This record gives sequence, structure tokens and C-alpha cells, in this order.
Amino acid sequence: MARKLIRPLFLFLILMFLYLPILLLAFYSFTSSTHIGAIRGFSMQNYVTLFTTPELTGMIAGTITLALGAALLATLLGTMGAIGAFYSRQRASSFITTLNQVPVINADVVTGFSICILLVVVLHISKDSYIPLVAGHVTLCAPFVFLSVMPRIKQMDSSIYEAALDLGATPFTALMEVVIPQIVPGIISGFALAITLSLDDYFIAMYTKPATFDTISTYVVNATKGAQTTIKTALWALSTVIFLIVVLVVLASNLRAMRLEAADTGRRAAAENR
Amino acid sequence: MAFSRKSLGIPYAVFLVVFVAAPLLFLFYYAFTDGQGQFTMQNLLHFFTDPNTLGTLYYSFSIAIVTTVVCLLLAYPVAYILATSRLRQRSVILMLFVMPMWINFSLRITALKEILNVLEGNLAMYPFLNAVIGMTYDFLPFMILPLYTTISRLDGALREAAMDLGANDVQTFLRVTLPLSVPGIISGVSMVFLPAMTNYVVLDMLYNSTYIMGSLIGSYFAAYNWHGGSMISLILLAMICLFTLLSGSVEEEGSARGALL
Repeated sequence: MARKLIRPLFLFLILMFLYLPILLLAFYSFTSSTHIGAIRGFSMQNYVTLFTTPELTGMIAGTITLALGAALLATLLGTMGAIGAFYSRQRASSFITTLNQVPVINADVVTGFSICILLVVVLHISKDSYIPLVAGHVTLCAPFVFLSVMPRIKQMDSSIYEAALDLGATPFTALMEVVIPQIVPGIISGFALAITLSLDDYFIAMYTKPATFDTISTYVVNATKGAQTTIKTALWALSTVIFLIVVLVVLASNLRAMRLEAADTGRRAAAENR
Repeated sequence: MAFSRKSLGIPYAVFLVVFVAAPLLFLFYYAFTDGQGQFTMQNLLHFFTDPNTLGTLYYSFSIAIVTTVVCLLLAYPVAYILATSRLRQRSVILMLFVMPMWINFSLRITALKEILNVLEGNLAMYPFLNAVIGMTYDFLPFMILPLYTTISRLDGALREAAMDLGANDVQTFLRVTLPLSVPGIISGVSMVFLPAMTNYVVLDMLYNSTYIMGSLIGSYFAAYNWHGGSMISLILLAMICLFTLLSGSVEEEGSARGALL
């Protein structure tokens, strides 16, 4: 009996460790308290501050723009790279694959610092041009897109491409209409991964961003080193909003996966009945 | 010119050369030169002779080892319980454990900090403890995921066979499950240990002013000392390569980070 209880209890305790801080902060974000433990009345002030303070809205918009832009570029480059590497000769292919691993295993601090060295120190490109920042984030994300697209290409049935060529398609048409549709799931998950990597990055932005630009990470880290209380508690609201968005996205993708699975089993059952 | 699928790889190959290979070459150049561009070993010698930097190395290792062990001790039971349970919704529960990965770390650490503030009163009193708690909080999902993947792939029949042959639960675990889950442990450890040596922003946020290896790069960066910073980057890079060669799990990290997307 005791053993049966211990397992769920352990899982529950770890979940509490992971979620209690976020949930408490969410609770207090709807009050006028300035620190946890002080019970005050219900208030939406933090949310008003979050969405009306130009400094905060600008920082959020900047973070999202950077993530989308970097993820798009990374997806384009990484996908093309994966297709190219797969069809290239062994040496070219392993050259790309090996270099691709470097940012994956490297510490973000080192990646950020080394890009700063090349672009800012050696080439004198101004950080204000955003080039180092975008290059840094694409370097962070593209290898993961490459890694999530590659398995899809390997699984692909290559005879369909040959068939398309035999039927008169140009290589480019065959690529766009035969190869790409088959690897779309890998491209989408690579893109999603790129977005989350860019949103969560601190170090690369820190070493490459313009002084006047902040991502959520760099802004929050600075703010915790002694900002005004209104900003501090508005960030609790931001944390809550992001938490809710993540929950919704996870729920939506889980529901979609479950529906796909259900449709799949349904189809299989129908096929067996025939 | 005829279109060829191979040529699609060229832009990415060029990109990798410019933004991955070239920065590393310049890291080498700056690490072994001084302000006048003269070759010097001074940066390297300085790291291995200065008591401060050696202390930093020691402190980094201490934090990284303790964090990794704590993560492993917490994550293994979670992964094991989930992977061996017959619950139908176990993938949903697993999702709960990895979801924090997708919430911005700085906001999560802020949340943790507020709680620690209430519990401890003054964060500065327990710098080491807080660093370990903060990093465990940040990295735990990265340890759970590869462990879960490895353990859930184990053939249940092996465990049953051990039991049929007379092994008790503990023996089965120690002699069958644990040895077979070593690949998952290695990949989990590599995803926690290296960030724990370099991710100094977690310490910063929790008012721990002692340096770890990453902080050295941060301080050289702040002082525009590119040569010193490059040497530390290079030393870290060497350690990372060594670690990766030893664990031989290069492919794992990418797949683990992307497994749930």
C-alpha cells in the first residue's frame, strides 16, 4: 500500500518544485502585493502596466520579432542545408554535419563570445546594425533545424522523387512538390524549436545586442538587479502570460496529436474491416 | 546552370564556415596573442597559475558536480516511475515535467527567487545552496527527458526474465535496469554538467557573486579584454570537446531537445 502511494507522491513533489514558484507568482500577479507573502487585494494593475509601458511592450515586441526572424532564417538555411548535405558526396556531407554539431554542443557563452569577436572586434560591424544579434541567433537555431529535418529526409522514399523526374517534372518542381511535403513535419518542429531557443537565449543576445535593445531575458536579468517595484511586479504578469501561452500551445498540440492518432486508428480499423 | 539538390547545401555550408568555423579560428588567434598582436602564452599561463582563476575552476566543478548529482537523483526516479507505469496518460504527465523548458528561464528564476526570499530571508546567506537549487530548477527537465526516453525503450521482458530467474526488485533494478539506462544517464549528465559550469546568469540572479567559468568570460567581455576572454572560451571549448568525446553522445542532445516538438 505504502509503495503504491510513494510513486505518485514523489512525482507530485517534483511537479510542485517545478510549478509552485510559477503558480505563486501567477497568483500574486493579480494582487497589489509587492512581494510574495503580503496578502493584498485583487488588482489588474500589473497587467495594465505590462501592456501600456512602452519600455515593456517594446521589449516584448523586440523579443518576438527577433525570434520569428531568426527562426525563419534558421529554418530556411537549416532545411536547405539538410537537403543539400543528404544528397552531397560523403566528404561535403560530413563537413556540414560536423560543423553543424559545434553550436549544438558548445556552451552558449562561448558561441556568443566568439561571434562577438569575429563580427564586432575583427570586422568592426556595429552592434547597432542588429547584424551580430541576428547572426548569433540564427547560428544558435539553424543547427537544431538541420537536426530535426535530417531524420525526415533519411526516412523519405527516394523512388517517389525519381518517379516525378521520370514523369517529366524538373528537379526544382520535384523538390518543391515531392520532397518538401514529405519533410514538412521536420521543418515545422525545427521552426518551433528555433523559436523556443531564441526566446530562451540570454548569452548570445548579451554579447551581440545593441545597447538600447533588450530581449525578455536580458531585460528581466537587469530588472532583477534592482528595478522599481512596478516593473518588477509587471514582470510577474509577463511570467503568467507566458505560462498560459505555453500551456495553451502544449494543450493544442497534444489535442492535435491525439486527434491524428484517433483518425489513424480509425482508418486502420476501417481497413481491417474491409 | 541546371538545378541540383546538392547545391542547396552551399548557402548553409558557407554560413557555417563564416559563423561557426571563422569565429573559432579568431578565438584561437586572440587567445594566443597580446594587445599588440604578438604571440604569447601569457593568457594560458595566467589561467593555470593565478589562484583566482584556479579557484573559479574549482568552484565551477563543485557547483556542476553537485547540481548534476542532485538532478540525477531527482530525475531518475521520475523517469523510472513514468516509464514503467502502465498509465495511459503517461505522455501527458511527462509533458508536465518538460513544459517548464519552454517558459523563459529568467522569468522562472525570478519566480524561484521570490520563494527563496520568503524561505531564507536573505539570499546572500546561502550562495552555494541557492546556485544548486536555481540550476536544478532550470535544468531538471533536460535530465528527465533523455532518462525517460532510454528507460521506456528498455525491453520489459528483460526485467520479467530477471524476476523469473529469482532476482528480487532491488537486484533486478541494480543489475538489469540501471546498467541498461547508462546511455540515458550519460546524455542527461552532459546536458546538465556543461551548462552548470557556464550558465553564470543563474548565479547572478540569485545574488551569488562567486565566479564560475562562464562568469570569467562575462567579466573579460565587460572589460573589453578579448584576449583573456578568448583564452577562457578556448579552455571551455576544450573541456566540452573532451567531455563530448568521452560521452560520445553528440547526436543525443539535438534529438533530446527536439524530442517533444
